[in-house]
Amino acid sequence: MATATDRRQSIAARTLPVAAVASVVLLVMAAARPAMDGRPLAVDRGAAPSDAAADPTVAAVDAILAARRRANSVRAATPADDLTVLRRLWLALAGTIPSLEEIRRFEADAAPDRTARALRGLLADRRSAEALARRLASALVGDERGTFIVFRRDRFTSWLADQLAAHRPWDAVVRDMVAARGLWTDTPAVNFITQAATGKTVDAGKLAGRAARVFLGTRLDCAQCHDHPFAAWTQRDFEGLAACFAQARLSAVGVEDDARRVLRVTRTTAMAMPTTENAAEGETAVPPSVPFGVDWLGRGGTQRENLAAWLVHADNLRFDRAIANRMWAILFGRPWHEPVDDLPAPRVPADHARSAGVDDDPLDLLAADFRRHGRDLRRLIEVIAATEAFRMASDHPLLAAGADCDRVVDAWAAFPLSRLAPEQMIGAMVATTSLRTIDKDSHLLTRTVRFLRENDFLREYGRVQDGQGRGLPATVPQTLAQMNARLTRDLVEANATTATGRIAGMAAADPARVELAFLVALTRRPTPAERDAMLPVLGQASTKGRGMEDLMWALLNGPEFCWNH
Amino acid sequence: MPARASDPPPRDAPSIARRPLLAAAAGLGLSFALPALSARAARRRGAERPRSLLAIWLAGGPSQLETFDPHPGGPIGGPTRAIDTTMQGVRIAADYPRVAERLHRFAVVRSLVSKEGDHERGQYAVKTGYRPDPTAVHPALGAIAAHELPAAGLELPRFIALGGGEFPSRGGYLGPDYDPYRVFAPGEKGQNLVPRVTAARQSRRLDALGVLTRSFATGRAEAVRRTRHEQTVAEALTLMTSEQLSAFDLDGESAATRAAYGDTGFGRGCLVARRLVEVGVRSVEVTLPGFDTHAANFTGHASQAAVLDPALAALVDDLGDRDLLESTVVLVMGEFGRTPTINRLDGRDHWPHGFSCLLGGAGIAAGRVIGSTDPDGRARLPADPIAVADLTATVLAALGIDASREVTTAAGRPMKLSSGIPVPRLLDPDSSG
Repeated sequence: MATATDRRQSIAARTLPVAAVASVVLLVMAAARPAMDGRPLAVDRGAAPSDAAADPTVAAVDAILAARRRANSVRAATPADDLTVLRRLWLALAGTIPSLEEIRRFEADAAPDRTARALRGLLADRRSAEALARRLASALVGDERGTFIVFRRDRFTSWLADQLAAHRPWDAVVRDMVAARGLWTDTPAVNFITQAATGKTVDAGKLAGRAARVFLGTRLDCAQCHDHPFAAWTQRDFEGLAACFAQARLSAVGVEDDARRVLRVTRTTAMAMPTTENAAEGETAVPPSVPFGVDWLGRGGTQRENLAAWLVHADNLRFDRAIANRMWAILFGRPWHEPVDDLPAPRVPADHARSAGVDDDPLDLLAADFRRHGRDLRRLIEVIAATEAFRMASDHPLLAAGADCDRVVDAWAAFPLSRLAPEQMIGAMVATTSLRTIDKDSHLLTRTVRFLRENDFLREYGRVQDGQGRGLPATVPQTLAQMNARLTRDLVEANATTATGRIAGMAAADPARVELAFLVALTRRPTPAERDAMLPVLGQASTKGRGMEDLMWALLNGPEFCWNH
Repeated sequence: MPARASDPPPRDAPSIARRPLLAAAAGLGLSFALPALSARAARRRGAERPRSLLAIWLAGGPSQLETFDPHPGGPIGGPTRAIDTTMQGVRIAADYPRVAERLHRFAVVRSLVSKEGDHERGQYAVKTGYRPDPTAVHPALGAIAAHELPAAGLELPRFIALGGGEFPSRGGYLGPDYDPYRVFAPGEKGQNLVPRVTAARQSRRLDALGVLTRSFATGRAEAVRRTRHEQTVAEALTLMTSEQLSAFDLDGESAATRAAYGDTGFGRGCLVARRLVEVGVRSVEVTLPGFDTHAANFTGHASQAAVLDPALAALVDDLGDRDLLESTVVLVMGEFGRTPTINRLDGRDHWPHGFSCLLGGAGIAAGRVIGSTDPDGRARLPADPIAVADLTATVLAALGIDASREVTTAAGRPMKLSSGIPVPRLLDPDSSG
C-alpha cells in the first residue's frame, strides 16, 4: 500500500520477487534497505469498477466507432492482452511503465475487471497527478526555455498536480488559473498569467491565444493580425478577447488587476501591449468582449473572473470538447481531432437514444458525460479507457499494406502507434533499469548527475511541441541519443544497483533472464522464437553482465519500446 | 508531374563493413584507390560547383536602423551613426565596419515587408515563403534546398542547423527527414556519435535489435514501416561511422581563423557552416538570437554587432578565398525589423513594414540596393516594397530551383515551393524588374 506521506518520486523502486532461490536472497536484501520504497499503487478496495457493458456513454462511443468501421469496411482488431492495456495506462497516466512487482500483482488478480481497478489505482496515486499535470502544463504554459520561466512553470505544474490529486473539478481549476492574483511563489496558479509577462506588462494577446487554444480548442489567435481566412473569427473577436486580460499586470505584490488599464490598437502596427497611458494618435481602446455566448459572461467580478465564468459555462460546449480531445490524445497517443487545439464547431449535443451515425462525434458524448459528472477528469479518463477502441490490439490483418493501413487508422480499428514523449522515454528507461529509488535520501551527487544527464538527454531528444502529432518518426539526433547517450549507458550498465546487474547475477538460467528482461522492458513475455534468438546474445558475451547489457540495450532501442502500442 | 514529397531521393547508406576497408586504403596512401564516395563529396570549386544555401537567421527581429539601413540625425535615428561602405553612396550602421568593407559582395534589400508581426509567425513567414496556415506546415527554405538539391556521396544530414533557435526550421510537409539536424554547441564534438562498446558487441546488439524489430512488425508491417524506426537507426549508424564528421569540429582550423570568426557560439557556428558547405552539405543555417530589443535597443544591438560583424566578414572572406562564394547563396535576415519610433524603455518594437536583409553569393546580382525607408519614419510602407515570399522565391531561383514548382504533400494537396515570385533585379545585373 502506498503511504500517503511518500511524495515527489518520479521513479519507483522495484524489487524482484522471482521464484528462484537466489532472488529470494535479493528480495530480503532489498527489503532491508530503508530508502527503498516498494511503492505499489494504492489498491482500490471499495468502489465498484466501471462496467463497460452497462455504462451508456461508453456504449454510445463504441457504437459510433463501430459505425465508422462499417463505413470503412474494416473489422475491429482483436482485444489486446491485459498486460498491454496496463502498459498503455501506465504510460499515459504515470509517464512510465509498470514495474515487475506491479506486473506480478496484476497477474495475481484474477478478477475480470482487473484493468479497470488498475486504472483506479493509478488515478488515486500521486504520481499520476504529477504526470498528468506535466502533460497539461505543457499545453497551458508552454515549453519555452529560460531559467526563470522554468522555475515558474515548475511551481505551476506542482500546483496543478495538487489540484488533480485533490480531485477538484476541472472548471474550478480553470477559474483559478484564469482569474488568479498574487505572487508567483505564494499563489502558483498565477503562473498561467506570468507566462505572458515581460517586465511589468502582461501580453494580453498571448494569453487570449493560449486560453482559446487550450480551453476552447480554437485557434482564435490566427485572427490576430487579420480576419481568419477559414473560420468565422475576425480580428475584432481576437482583440476583444485579449482585452479581457488587459487589466492584468505585475507589481510588487504579484499579479493584480488594474482597472485603469486598457488595450489599444492602431491600424498600422500589430496590437500593442496594454497600457494605462493616454491614447496616442491613431489608437483606439478595445473593450473586452467574447466572440460568442455573450450571455455566459460572469458579472460583478474582475474582467478575468467574468471571463473565467464564460469559459467554463455549462452551455459552452467548446470547453468540454477541448478537454475531452486532450484526454483522448493523452490516452491514445493521438487526439480524436487533429490538431488537438483546433476543433470543429460543436453541434447540438448528441441524443443517445437514436442510433449512431458515422458522422457523429464521440467528443460530444464525452463532453456531455463530463458536464453531467461535474467536470470530473478522472471519470472522463475512465470512460475513454473503457471504450472498445482503447482495449484493441495494435496489430491488424490489414496493417500489412499501404492503402488498407489508412482505412484501419482512419476508423480507429486498431490501437494507434504513437511515439513516446521524451519524458515518457526517460521514465520508461529508468523504470526498466533501476532498482533503487532516486529520492530525497539519495546522495546529492547522484541526483544531480542524474538530473543533468536527463536534461542533456531531453535537450537532444527534444520536446514534442504541443499540437504536433505523435505519429512522427524519430529523428536521427533522437535516435543517436537513444543509442549513445550517457544516460542510456548508465541505465543499461550492469552493476549492483541496476536491474541489468541484478538479473545477470541471478543463479537461474539464461531463459529466465531473457523472460525477466522482456517483462521489465516490454511488459510481456518473449515468444519462443524471440527467446531462442536472444539466448546467443547472452551466451556469446564475455560475461553475464555484458550479455544482459547488450540484451537490455536492444530492448530499449527497439520500436516496441519506443512507440506506444 | 509533381514529385511526391514523401519520396526522398535515394542516398548512399554504406554498410558498416566497408569502413575498415576504406580506412586501410586511406592509411596506405592509396587515395586514388578509394571509390568516388570519399570524404569530400563536393571537390569542385568555382561556379560549376553544385549550389548550396547558407542562411544566417538573426532571430528576434534585428533593427534595420541599427544594421543595414541607418537614418542618423533624424527623429528616428537615435544615437546610431553610419559609416561608408564599399558600395558607393551606401552607408550602414557604424557598428559593422568589417561588413562595410565587404558589402559589395551582397545585394542590400531595405524594403522587405511581411504581414506577420509575431516572432513565431514572422519566422515562419520568412523561412517558408508562406504565412502560417492551420492546414499545412510548410517547409523552411533550408528544407526545400535539402530536398531539391542532390547530394551524392554525402553521409552527413542534408540540412544542418547550427545554434539555438526558439522556432527551428522544419521540413513541414516534406517530412521529418527534412527537419534540420541541430547542433546546439557548434565546434564541440558532436553529440552522441560514439558507440560505447566494441565493434563486436555493437554488432551483436544490432542483430538483436533487428530480431526485435522484425518481431514487432508481425501483424503491423505497414504501421511499423511508417515509424521509420529501422531507417532512422540505419541513418544514425551511417552518420556515426562517417569520415565527413570531421566537418563538425574545428581542430583542423588555425588559431588565426578561429580568432577571425570570433570566440563566440555564433562565430564558431559560421566557421562550422563553412566547413559543412565545403564537405558538401547543401543546406546549412546558423542562428544568432538576441535581437528582440523592446528595451535598451541601442546597447543590445551594439553587443549583437560585436558578434555578427566579425563572424559574417570572416565567413564571406573564407568562402571567397576557397572559391565557394560563387556556388553558395548567402542570406542574412531576421523575421522583421523594428519600429522607427523609440519606445519609453529606449527600445524599439516589431516592425514588419520595411526591414532589411543581405543576399549574396551564387546567382545574386550583388553590389546594389533595393528599396528605401522613410528617414522620418512616418511612411506606412517603404519605397519599392518586396514581400518576404518574393525574397524566398528569389533565393530558390538563385539556387536553381523553380519556386513555382508544385509538390504533392502527403495529404495529396499540390503546393508550390514558394507563394512568391523571384525578383529579377536581385538575380540579373542587367534587369530592372
